[in-house]
Amino acid sequence: MSAQSLTTKDLSVFYGEKQAVKKVSMDFPEREVVALIGPSGCGKSTFLRSLNRMNDLISGARIEGEIWIGDQNICDPGTDVVSLRQKIGMVWQKPNPFHKSIYENIAFGPRYHGIRNRKQLDEIVETSLRKTALWDEVKDRLNQSGLALSGGQQQRLCIARSLAVQPNILLMDEPASALDPVSTAKIEELIAELKKDYTIVIVTHNMQQAARVSDRTAFFFLGDLVEYDDTQKMFTNPSKKSTDDYISGRFG
Amino acid sequence: MRAKTVDRIATAVIVCVAGFIILLLAALLGYLLVRGLGHISFDFLTSAPQALKAGGGIGPQLFNSVFLLVLTMIITVPLGIGAGIYMSEYAKDNKLTAFIRLIVEVLSSFPSIVIGLFGLLVIVNTFGFGYSLLSGALALTIFNLPMMVRLTEQSLRSVPKEQKEAGLALGLSRWKTITSVMIPVALPSIVTGSILAAGRVFGEAAALLFTAGMSSPRLDFSNWNPLSPTSPLNPMRPAETLAVHIWKINSEGLAPDAPEIAAGASAVLVIMVLLFNLGARWLGRVVYRKLTASK
Repeated sequence: MSAQSLTTKDLSVFYGEKQAVKKVSMDFPEREVVALIGPSGCGKSTFLRSLNRMNDLISGARIEGEIWIGDQNICDPGTDVVSLRQKIGMVWQKPNPFHKSIYENIAFGPRYHGIRNRKQLDEIVETSLRKTALWDEVKDRLNQSGLALSGGQQQRLCIARSLAVQPNILLMDEPASALDPVSTAKIEELIAELKKDYTIVIVTHNMQQAARVSDRTAFFFLGDLVEYDDTQKMFTNPSKKSTDDYISGRFG
Repeated sequence: MRAKTVDRIATAVIVCVAGFIILLLAALLGYLLVRGLGHISFDFLTSAPQALKAGGGIGPQLFNSVFLLVLTMIITVPLGIGAGIYMSEYAKDNKLTAFIRLIVEVLSSFPSIVIGLFGLLVIVNTFGFGYSLLSGALALTIFNLPMMVRLTEQSLRSVPKEQKEAGLALGLSRWKTITSVMIPVALPSIVTGSILAAGRVFGEAAALLFTAGMSSPRLDFSNWNPLSPTSPLNPMRPAETLAVHIWKINSEGLAPDAPEIAAGASAVLVIMVLLFNLGARWLGRVVYRKLTASK
């Protein structure tokens, strides 16, 4: 489980004729958190979803450019998308645990990838749940449905689920925007903890959240990457006027 | 004030309509049961019918109905679920699939007597399956398949997109995502729908008149060799079902107690369909709990 850096080169995403992301080149250094911000429809979620080729599912979606993970360009036509996705975990805005028990939610992925030993699976379940600070809350009811948990717990379960298949990179699409402030704080703590082991890309609408959790911030507008810099600098002294306008709430 | 009046009138109308439907159903059910229940006994349910004397039963017909249903479902369920998975998950959105969808819609509202005629011409005569349980099961498959396909397709489509994406994001193959993540979520509605479709099949008569036939050979219920012509399990024997039997004794029954037999058989049919429906709800819930560990 080693974090890996991620690089995009002139990445464009099209939905039919419409170009949703325009030639974006970005570096995501390993073990850092990068926040993608920008108004709705600016292409940040589309960009995020193209990083594990999840946009392939949408008919009419098309990618141009390159995405490098280590020395592999995952936009190559020959890429094995299925095994690629194992290396890139993903968390959604709305918690989406499987309709299975808490234990199964976690064990399902590793078992599919070949781990059959019950003891080993038990260990993976415990480690993953500990990493997301959920273990103490659920250890006595692992056989209950994942849907019986609260929203915040469900979201941490989903994060644990994606950690269980040992990804290098974590993509988070507004992971806390459907949660209450306490759960949000927990998720943010978790992100700070997880960046020791993973490269994390997070889309957020919450400016304070971006400032709190990320090392670098990228501002997207109308499909363009407007500015990408250290979070500190982006929020105190951005070099583009539109970044400043957005961050200080003058539009968007 | 005006909005309130309109609201009150609308509510009253809707309540009246609902009440009327309930009344109608209750009257129908009540009539069938009151007329039929008195005639139902263990003997009636198990003994063979009599052509000319009073006191005949519906044993073979009841068995035929159930057996034919099982045969039909064995053919329909895998085909219907397979096609449904294809239509919802694999088929591209183009003119061809739109056309297939249209055909499925048309087929699902096809008059069953026409399916019966088709069965007679193609399955019974051309394929040479004769009047047999197998012919009947194939005709009912044509009758039932469109509903199964649509049902499966709709159940899978109603599974939240995030469930599918979550499966794929873990590095699962598309097939594994469908079978292990999406089907468990969709299964309760697939099970419920299948059993409701089974109820429809159970009560079907027109499609069977010319395919499963209107006669039942003498059955030997101690002979369980499926290849023997007197065995109840032989799929190549003609088999009159309960619904067909009701139609027959009502139109040409010679037994003196034909009206009572028809009434009793109708009540049995209604009760069976009712049991199917209740069973469907129960099974759907149980399966969902089993698969999802929910309370």
